[in-house]
Amino acid sequence: MFSIEVNDLTKKFGNFTAVDNISFKVKKGEIFGFLGANGAGKSTTIRMLCGLLDPTSGDALVGGYSVKKQPELVKHNIGYMSQRFSLYDDLSVGENIDFFGGVYGLESSKLAERKKWVLDIANLKGKENILTGSLPGGIKQRLALGTAVVHQPEIVFLDEPTSGVDPISRRNFWDLINWLSEQGTTVLVTTHYLEEAEFCNNIILINAGKLIAEGTPKDLKTNYLTNAILEVECDNVVDALEILEQQSFVDETSIFGNKIHLIVNDNYNTTDQINKSLAEKNISVKTIDKIIPTLEDVFIHLLEKDK
Amino acid sequence: MLARTRAIAKKEFKQLWRDKRMLFVLIFFPTFLLAMFGYAVNFDVRNIQLAIYDSDKSDVSRDFISNLSNSTYFEFVEYLNNDDDVRRALNDKDAQVVMVIPEDFSEKLFRGEETAKIQFLVDGVDGNTANIISNYVNAATLAYNSKLQKDFFAQMGITREPPVLLEPLFWFNPNLETTKFLIPGLIVMILIVTAVVAVSISLVREKERGTIEQINVSSLSTAELLIGKSLPYILLALVDALFILVLGYILFDVTIEGSILLFFAATLVFILAATSQGIFLSVVADSQQVAFTVAILTTLLPSLMLSGFIFPIESMPGIIQVVTNITPAKFFVNILRAIMLRGVGIEAIWTQLVYMSIFILLFLGFASVIHKKKLSAA
Repeated sequence: MFSIEVNDLTKKFGNFTAVDNISFKVKKGEIFGFLGANGAGKSTTIRMLCGLLDPTSGDALVGGYSVKKQPELVKHNIGYMSQRFSLYDDLSVGENIDFFGGVYGLESSKLAERKKWVLDIANLKGKENILTGSLPGGIKQRLALGTAVVHQPEIVFLDEPTSGVDPISRRNFWDLINWLSEQGTTVLVTTHYLEEAEFCNNIILINAGKLIAEGTPKDLKTNYLTNAILEVECDNVVDALEILEQQSFVDETSIFGNKIHLIVNDNYNTTDQINKSLAEKNISVKTIDKIIPTLEDVFIHLLEKDK
Repeated sequence: MLARTRAIAKKEFKQLWRDKRMLFVLIFFPTFLLAMFGYAVNFDVRNIQLAIYDSDKSDVSRDFISNLSNSTYFEFVEYLNNDDDVRRALNDKDAQVVMVIPEDFSEKLFRGEETAKIQFLVDGVDGNTANIISNYVNAATLAYNSKLQKDFFAQMGITREPPVLLEPLFWFNPNLETTKFLIPGLIVMILIVTAVVAVSISLVREKERGTIEQINVSSLSTAELLIGKSLPYILLALVDALFILVLGYILFDVTIEGSILLFFAATLVFILAATSQGIFLSVVADSQQVAFTVAILTTLLPSLMLSGFIFPIESMPGIIQVVTNITPAKFFVNILRAIMLRGVGIEAIWTQLVYMSIFILLFLGFASVIHKKKLSAA
């Protein structure tokens, strides 16, 4: 049972192909992560899936309706929240909920019930007369999500919902997303934070408009990166990185804080190879550990490969 | 449909109500403009400063002078004694007009063989005023002439009234007061500026803050959105119109000769045209600043220069007369003058109403075409 089925979706702006022949499926009730760099085509894809933008070719079924032929019906069945939490700062909390409920055509009894629900999930019980502009970011974000699903849509699109919010609020927000998904709502979420991607049931990664990887977070970590990853802790990280890049046993390098991650190939046998090459330049190595790749390792690897 | 439109209108009302600055501007601006234009823009020429250089100093010359300086048009400032004084009075703007009566004035007048001459020196910097002054003086002299002739015939025992007497009677504005003529144009200008600015800014603000995205993904139709968003401003503009009328009555005694109902019906059509222009601008502009600037430029200037509000369209060059059709203000000025001053009914203004309706269709049509283009390119 799929909530969203995307088939060969393509969007061109003049000569520029923003979204290039993307296909994927989203199961009902799952949290689906949509990852990619800025300008990779995430927002364009979401806009097409929301019925805001007409695809150049291909189509997608969202909640069973074609975004190409029935965009109005698509809109009826989805909720949408963007990174700007499109609430009106100069309206009170209650007025914002009333407004979006009204826009979605909720009857007054239904609206009263949903308003209670939204206030509840946003921790704003009894505070409905507060001006929205004066709320802290985390609370505002929960209110935005609440109003985006005030009409109980089957599917909700979250476009970078957690950007610019503190880590604790982000964690609370993900609890809310999980809870929505448990209630049967399909959640499609884009994010920059790769640790958030770990919370998703399924992930796709797009680059330059093309889909370059898909699967569960575990699949991605095991299927796309077969070579070993080593974490090297040493002095003078920047120089060390330059030296290691030149070595024949190293495929890729990247800096993680004060450590270096190396993807090594078949030429690699022992840690001595690393110690020796760095010792030549008087760089002393503290530790070398074989690690389980993070999603970040995988994505850097995939994006490097795609170049 | 109705419920959703109401939700939008309700929200817009609340926002407007909370935005006291905007509310203040929308209500204070009309009052301010009305008072400013009503009092300042005045083409009536009164209290013309008159200086006199009388070399004749006779009974007759004094009679002529008192005849002129007793009228409300002239205000006597000083007597001059020589040519240098005359020059100084005009140079220093002590007087707008200097009347020079030559020594032989009374002598020539009595002999009657030659016309007695009086010189009038007028400050011609402001051509319009100079013209009006010269007209007044001419009229005064004509009146004086016919009075002299009448006296002359009377002395000879003949009752001789002047052969032809012109009696102009001004309809619709009997005292030729410019404020009466200006107020309808002023209403037009105030309404178009407030309506276009308010509507375009309120729509562009949603774009700027990103709230329009949220509305776009709802199943709200464009019509519901636009009607809901414009409704509060349409009502506000009607209130503004009422406000100006009451104020115009209190300050300038301006009344509506025709039907008040027709006045408000026509005003509504005009406000719809202005609203459409606001919607069109909101599609073109992406920031409130741009929207505001363009709105002011495209409403204030045309309604001031091209609507016939101040400058009569009939005396413009042909090509400019064609250009005047770019603003609905032109048609509304015609309509309001017709209703307020001439008191005519719908039969005299319906063509103008049709023209204004064409603006509504044009603006909304262009707006939707450009909107669609922008959507597919975004």
